[in-house]
Amino acid sequence: MRSFAYARPESLNEALALLDEYGPAATILAGGTDVVVRLRTGRVLPAIVIDLKRVPALHADILETGTCLRVGARTVMADLVADARVRSRFPALAEAAHEVGSIQIRNRATLAGNICNASPAADTAPPLLVYGAVVNLVNATGTRSLPLAQFFKGPGRTAMERGELVESIDLPFAKENERQGAAFARATRRLGVDLATINVACLVKASGQTLFAYGAVAPTPLLVSDDSGKLADANCREDEKLKILENLIAHTAPISDVRASHEYREALLMVMSRRVLDAAIARLHDQEGLL
Amino acid sequence: MIAAAAEAVTIHLTVNGEERSVKVLPHHILLDVLRDQLGLTGTKECCLQGECGACTVLLNGRAVDSCLVLALEADGSEVLTIEGLASDGKLDTLQTAFLEKGAVQCGFCIPGMLLSAKYLLNTNPHPTREEIQEGLAGNLCRCAGYYRMIEAVVAASEAKL
Repeated sequence: MRSFAYARPESLNEALALLDEYGPAATILAGGTDVVVRLRTGRVLPAIVIDLKRVPALHADILETGTCLRVGARTVMADLVADARVRSRFPALAEAAHEVGSIQIRNRATLAGNICNASPAADTAPPLLVYGAVVNLVNATGTRSLPLAQFFKGPGRTAMERGELVESIDLPFAKENERQGAAFARATRRLGVDLATINVACLVKASGQTLFAYGAVAPTPLLVSDDSGKLADANCREDEKLKILENLIAHTAPISDVRASHEYREALLMVMSRRVLDAAIARLHDQEGLL
Repeated sequence: MIAAAAEAVTIHLTVNGEERSVKVLPHHILLDVLRDQLGLTGTKECCLQGECGACTVLLNGRAVDSCLVLALEADGSEVLTIEGLASDGKLDTLQTAFLEKGAVQCGFCIPGMLLSAKYLLNTNPHPTREEIQEGLAGNLCRCAGYYRMIEAVVAASEAKL
């Protein structure tokens, strides 16, 4: 591994000052499951690695505010999977976090790191998108919040500016009078540790609005929505539903790569969309059964 | 704390219950510290990208790939390696179960397997077979001797009843 300097700031101000000073020459280290591999292969060659693990403000907790769950910058996948509130209120996110790597990876990899890497195939991106997640950013002069849908700019590129860090990620609660059901599914070449060939999250609201978010089929994770209410309507004709799904899938632009051809991805898109839609509708009905 | 590139820094670890201090450079990884500086060669180096699990250790009680942890990140941490799994000369229940079930072939993956299994039983003392498969999914065995390993973890979890 090429040598680099290492900083372990103990406050947010110290971390932000370092980030300001070094700019693109700095690499941020949270969980390290991607960064350390890239440091070894030389894909990143930073002058300095800034390790966020001792910055108290960038915590590893899942806090509850009146309106959302707030996931800290250093919260790891395993803790998301294990959290009862995430499992009950954001089950599609728990499912996706559970699919990331192995338990060794999930014990280190952070949710914030997964979105900052901006991989088109990031497993947590589709559920975060359908749940309307908001990214809270901080720099030396203040904070700003950005809907996740505006955060991804391209493979490996985000809307973060020089000097900015992710402070937390908010998962907004559904409104009291608006029940919803959501689910996540992905296709991989083998079970276990693999990157997604495609991944999909679907969220169905009691109003009928249906959101899909797709990964690994466009330069960024892609959020699309159907407001007709027909997809969740048991009385709607199958061919009509198919047409709607085809129109939604038309927004994707799958490519051929080591994991699949674009034709295979296109075929998967319809199969997985239907599967995850059914799972989301079943969850919506479970929710309504609780009333 | 800032360490310049190629500046040696002393870190403090509690490895298998023993306090150890070692000098490391910023680009050193925990795996190399364990093997090359502390002589604990039970932890294996293999893929170096978090795919195979041969370098699995428990870091502050959690299973991690030690090839993906910078030595400086681990400063102040507790590490359990395969050398620390037996205590007072007595094998851990899991080690005994691996022996009894004939779960070891070439042996290279076994230290990592045992630590993943240890973490699994620490967090879920009575896992289902599916949970065992999931718990060991981050560890590859070139001999493909998974079946007996899973049998061994089942046996170890039942021994604790």
